[in-house]
Amino acid sequence: MTILQIDRLSITFGGVRAIDGVSVAIDAGQVFSIIGPNGSGKTTLFNLVSGIYTPNDGSIRLAGETVTGLAPEQLARRGLSRTFQNLQTFFRMSVLENVMVGRHRHERTGIIADLLHAPSVKRQNEATRQASRAALARVGLADVADRSAGSLAYGALKRLEIARALASEPTVLLLDEPAAGCNPIETQDIDRVIRSIVKEGITVVLVEHDMRLVMNISDRVHVLASGRTLTEGTPDQVRSNPAVIEAYLGVHGSQEAVRAFD
Amino acid sequence: MSVRALLETRLLSAIAVAAIVIVLPLFFPSGYYYRIGALVFIFALAVVGLNLLMGFAGQVSLGHAGFMGIGAYAAAIGPVHFGAPSWLSLLAGAALSGVIAFAVGRPILKLKGHYLAVATLGFGLLVAIVLTNEAGWTGGPDGMAVPKLALFGWRVSGSDEWYWISGATFVGGFVLALNLMDSPTGRALQAIHDSEIAARVLGVDVARKKLTVFIVSAMYASVAGSYLALFNGYITPEGAGFLRSIELVAMVVLGGMGSIVGSLVGATVLVVLPQVLTVFHEYEQALLGLIVMGFMIFLRRGIVPSVAAVIAGWRK
Repeated sequence: MTILQIDRLSITFGGVRAIDGVSVAIDAGQVFSIIGPNGSGKTTLFNLVSGIYTPNDGSIRLAGETVTGLAPEQLARRGLSRTFQNLQTFFRMSVLENVMVGRHRHERTGIIADLLHAPSVKRQNEATRQASRAALARVGLADVADRSAGSLAYGALKRLEIARALASEPTVLLLDEPAAGCNPIETQDIDRVIRSIVKEGITVVLVEHDMRLVMNISDRVHVLASGRTLTEGTPDQVRSNPAVIEAYLGVHGSQEAVRAFD
Repeated sequence: MSVRALLETRLLSAIAVAAIVIVLPLFFPSGYYYRIGALVFIFALAVVGLNLLMGFAGQVSLGHAGFMGIGAYAAAIGPVHFGAPSWLSLLAGAALSGVIAFAVGRPILKLKGHYLAVATLGFGLLVAIVLTNEAGWTGGPDGMAVPKLALFGWRVSGSDEWYWISGATFVGGFVLALNLMDSPTGRALQAIHDSEIAARVLGVDVARKKLTVFIVSAMYASVAGSYLALFNGYITPEGAGFLRSIELVAMVVLGGMGSIVGSLVGATVLVVLPQVLTVFHEYEQALLGLIVMGFMIFLRRGIVPSVAAVIAGWRK
């Protein structure tokens, strides 16, 4: 079953077609990776799909429903969440509170009840805390739950963002370079976390430069170059496609390509 | 922080603040101190509300005295022009402030940082101008007398009575603010402060949450404004003016952004200091400025958060 269907999507910034007629169909329960050299439009595509940008053209369907042009919070309520390449941690809050914000779409109290700390708020806070601790446990951060988010190391913050997104119980999770800047050990942690997420039936869409991670974990790989689709296929098909090698070795990303094919 | 610890801190700080309100008068050498105490609690109430907006949600308002003005004039105009009881006028003023905050907040809360600051500044000026020009209702620049508060036949006039009323109301406002911070709305507000975009992808309707906290903080300011008018017995448009708005912001920042206890500390410093400094006559304002600068240089996160950080450092 196709859970996320992107159809001839385009967006222009000041005359530059950052995404130009890209179509992607993602099956439920897959790890679907989007790769391409720097500047090929991967993050732009994520921003379109998560509602941060509105496309000039084309459509997005989530679980059969057209969601083109919906705001991020509306998409979140429909079960689409994401993480960010540059960390968007809530640094003033504790690790646990960060994840508790992820439960927001499941919380049902009004401002009056919140101000009065009504029994419903108390019960709900308890449920939110439990679910959030569970989400932290899934990424291996249970023991730092009560620390300030600002005190975590980089790799842990990356996992915190994943836990926060997981707490919202998404059906589709977009991960924007979860391993960027991570050391090999941290990357292994991320790999393990992604595998456990997929096991639970959550569809993972991955933008990542670490080719070893991508090729290991993906069911399908979609290659972008200059805002257009270059090719799509299984990791093996993509790996051996001369056009992909050429796109990478062109100017940018030669390092990634070397690492991908070593 | 564990659930129990959080509950304890909330309960403890509420009890501590209530105890301060109750015990403080034992040390008052004269009735005059009740007056200062009442002023501190009235301002602290407005500052708690503004701190919800600024310290927690990270949205600045340079026009909050406008809402204090609306509350103040409601408490005056209600009894004078409509023969309504003061307490009803106060509630009507708070409701009106909420409605105006809704109408004004919808367009301007889309703005960020300096742009929001200027827009709220404009709102404050607008309120002050309307209060000045509608002389038939407000007495114009000369202001108007405010009939005393009467509650069920009890005419509230003494500073000591106002001390207890404003103290009790402050404790109430303090508890509501603490409650809010440990709720879905409060967490969403704190999240917005750090990353609007991350809050949105987690399902937080950022525009709506900002509007909600703006309305709540406007109602805090409105009630404080009504109290101030009823307590002083006289109001002028200056009470809704730019300087008052700046004073409120200074109290928030001085006490500590995002610290509810800090709101009380900030209000205390800026209400009490000018009284203490009057012995320096013409140098009063200059000294006040110097001291405030000193606070901000040495306790740059505001008094309460900075001191808390120092204490936490000692414990390690």
